[in-house]
Amino acid sequence: MNQHGRFGPTRPITLKILRYKPGFIDPPRYDTFQVQADPLMTVLDALEEIKATADSTLLYRHSCHHASCGTCGMKVNGREQLACVARLVDEGTDEVVVEPLGSAPLVADLVVDMTPFALHMAPSGMALVRDSEFMPEAERPAGVERYTRYEDCIECNICLSACPVANTNPGFIGPAGLAAAYRALVTGERPAAEVFAYVDHDDGVWRCHSAMECSAVCPSDVQPGHKIMALRRELVAYKVKRFFKRG
Amino acid sequence: MRTTYHVVVIGGGSTGAALVHDLVLRGFKVTLVERGELTSGTAGRHHGLLHSGGRYAVNDQESAIECIEENIILRKIAPGSFEENDGLFVAITDEDVAYLDKFLAGCETCHIPTRVLTAAQVKRLEPHINPQVKLAVQVPDATMDCWRLPMRFFATAKHNGADIRPYNEVIGMLITAGTVTGVRVRSHVTGQEYDLKADIVVNATGAWAEKVSEMAHARVPVKPTPGVMVAVRGRWCNMVINRLNKPSDGDIIVPQRGLSVIGTTSWTVEDPDRLGLPEDHVRRMFEKGGELIPAVKHAPMRAAWAAARPLIAEGGAQEGRELPRTFKCFDHKVRDGIEGLVTISGGKGTTMRAMAEATANVVCDKLGLDIPCRTKEVVLLPYWAYYQ
Repeated sequence: MNQHGRFGPTRPITLKILRYKPGFIDPPRYDTFQVQADPLMTVLDALEEIKATADSTLLYRHSCHHASCGTCGMKVNGREQLACVARLVDEGTDEVVVEPLGSAPLVADLVVDMTPFALHMAPSGMALVRDSEFMPEAERPAGVERYTRYEDCIECNICLSACPVANTNPGFIGPAGLAAAYRALVTGERPAAEVFAYVDHDDGVWRCHSAMECSAVCPSDVQPGHKIMALRRELVAYKVKRFFKRG
Repeated sequence: MRTTYHVVVIGGGSTGAALVHDLVLRGFKVTLVERGELTSGTAGRHHGLLHSGGRYAVNDQESAIECIEENIILRKIAPGSFEENDGLFVAITDEDVAYLDKFLAGCETCHIPTRVLTAAQVKRLEPHINPQVKLAVQVPDATMDCWRLPMRFFATAKHNGADIRPYNEVIGMLITAGTVTGVRVRSHVTGQEYDLKADIVVNATGAWAEKVSEMAHARVPVKPTPGVMVAVRGRWCNMVINRLNKPSDGDIIVPQRGLSVIGTTSWTVEDPDRLGLPEDHVRRMFEKGGELIPAVKHAPMRAAWAAARPLIAEGGAQEGRELPRTFKCFDHKVRDGIEGLVTISGGKGTTMRAMAEATANVVCDKLGLDIPCRTKEVVLLPYWAYYQ
C-alpha cells in the first residue's frame, strides 16, 4: 500500500528540514529529502515517510494527525502551522522549508520543549471541557445535564512563536495564556479577581502590541488577539467599577 | 511497599502510560522508552471514542464488558477529561431495526445501560440526523482526547517517580542465557547509545509488538489492522452517533471540539510504519457517514489519517472485523521459553487501564510478588502536570 498516485496527480517536492542534536548535529544544519506529494499529502505525512524510509533519526512531535492535540506545530516556509493539516502542495513551492517553532527551547531537530509554555498556560485556570454552543435548539437526553465540548485552544504554542512581542519578551504570558484567562473569566470557571491578578501586570495583558499575528496563525479558531482586546475591556471595566465602589 | 525491581516499559502509547502509572504505584522502579513523542503511534491517532461497549455487545462480549467497566472507571479517575454527552445507536433502515433486539439483549448481558428512543425524540436531540431515522438507543459513550488523557497517566506516573524517556528507541535486547536482562537504547536527541538493565522488560508497543519482540527472537501474533478516519469541519452532533447494526465501515461519528470525526475502515498491513491512506476508504467515510448525518457528506475535510489497531490473530484464519478487540498479555517464558520479557497487545484506548492492570499482575506474578493494583481509585493529575 503506498500513497503515491492517489487523490490526483503527484509532484516532487523537496523538504529542507532543520536538523539539530546537541553535541551530535551541532551547530544545526539543513538536510533535504524528496517526496512525491499528492494533493492531500501533509507536511506530517511527508515527515512520516522520510522517517520510515530515509532517516529514522528524524525527530518531530506528533500525535492525533487531525489538529486536535496541538503537538505538531512547526514553521513551514517560515509560517507557523500544524504539520498534520499543512498540505505540501498548498505551499506552492517546489522546496518547502520546515523548522521548529521559535517560541520554545529547541530540544532536537523539530522538537521544542513545551515546559515554559505549559507553565504559562496552567495558571490561566481554563478548563478543558466547556458547554457546547452548537445546536442550541437541541434537546438533551435523560441523564445529560448539559452538552459539553472540549475547549478550542489546543495549546500548540503556534501563537507564541508568531507573536513579535513574545519573541523578545520571554516573560510575556503570551496570546494563548491570555485567551485562556479570558475564557476562564467569561465561563466563570475562575473568580474575576484571580483572573485579573494573573493578567494585570507588565508581562500580562498590557504587553500585547496588537500585532494580531496570533489570530492569523491560530489553527483552531481561538482568535487570541481578539480575546486579549476583550480581556482589556473587561479589566478596565472591572477597575472602574472598583474605583467607584471605593469612592 | 517498595521493591528494588526495575521494569523497563517499551512504548509510550496509552498502554505504556497506564502501565508506568500502575507499576510506580505498586512500588516498582520504572523506566519507559519511546522512540518518538509520547502517544505518536496508534494512541494519538485513535478515533476519540470512549466506548460504552455497545459496539461489541452482540459479537464480542468480553470486549464489551471491558469497555463499560473501564468507561465508568476512567470518568472517575480522570474527571473533566471527556465530552460526556452519551451516544446513540441509530437505526436508519428496516435491517437496522431488526438488529435492535439482539443489540438490547447483548447490552443487558454486558450491563451496558440503554434507553430506546423514538424517531421523533432522536430528531429533537440531534437536529442534523438523517431524517429517515427509525429509532435509536442511548448508551453512555463519550468523547476522549487521545493526547490529554494518556498525558494524565504520564503526569501522575512522573510525579510518582517514573523515568519517562521519549525520543529513546530500543534497538536491541540484552540477552543472557535465554533471559532478557535489559535493552539497548539509542537516544535520538543526542545520538548516543546505552544499555538499560531490567528485571523485567515489557513490550507495550501495540501494532509494533512483533517488530520489537523479534529482537528477543520471541513471537507475538499481532496483526497491524489500520482503519481510516476523516475529520470534517463543523460539529454536526453533540452525542456520539453509531449505526445500529453489526460493526462496519464508517458507522461512527465522534464529535470533538468544532469537528466531527467519521470512522473507520479495516484492512491488514505488514509494516505499521507504512499504512498509506487508501483513497476509496476516505471517500467511503463521507458516503457512510452521510447515511448517519447527511451534512457531513458536504462538510469541508479537515484531515484524513489512518491508525493501526494492534489486533491479536491467534489461530490464523480470522482477519479484520472478526478479530476480537480484547487484549492479551504474553509471558514469553511460557510462550517461547524466554525469561524476563512480557508483551501486552490488543485492546483499545478505552481499556488502557485494564490492560495495564493485567500486565502489572503478570510482572508481579513473575517476580513472586503480591501487590494489589490501585489504579481504579487513584485520581490522575491534570495533563499539564507532566511539564511541572
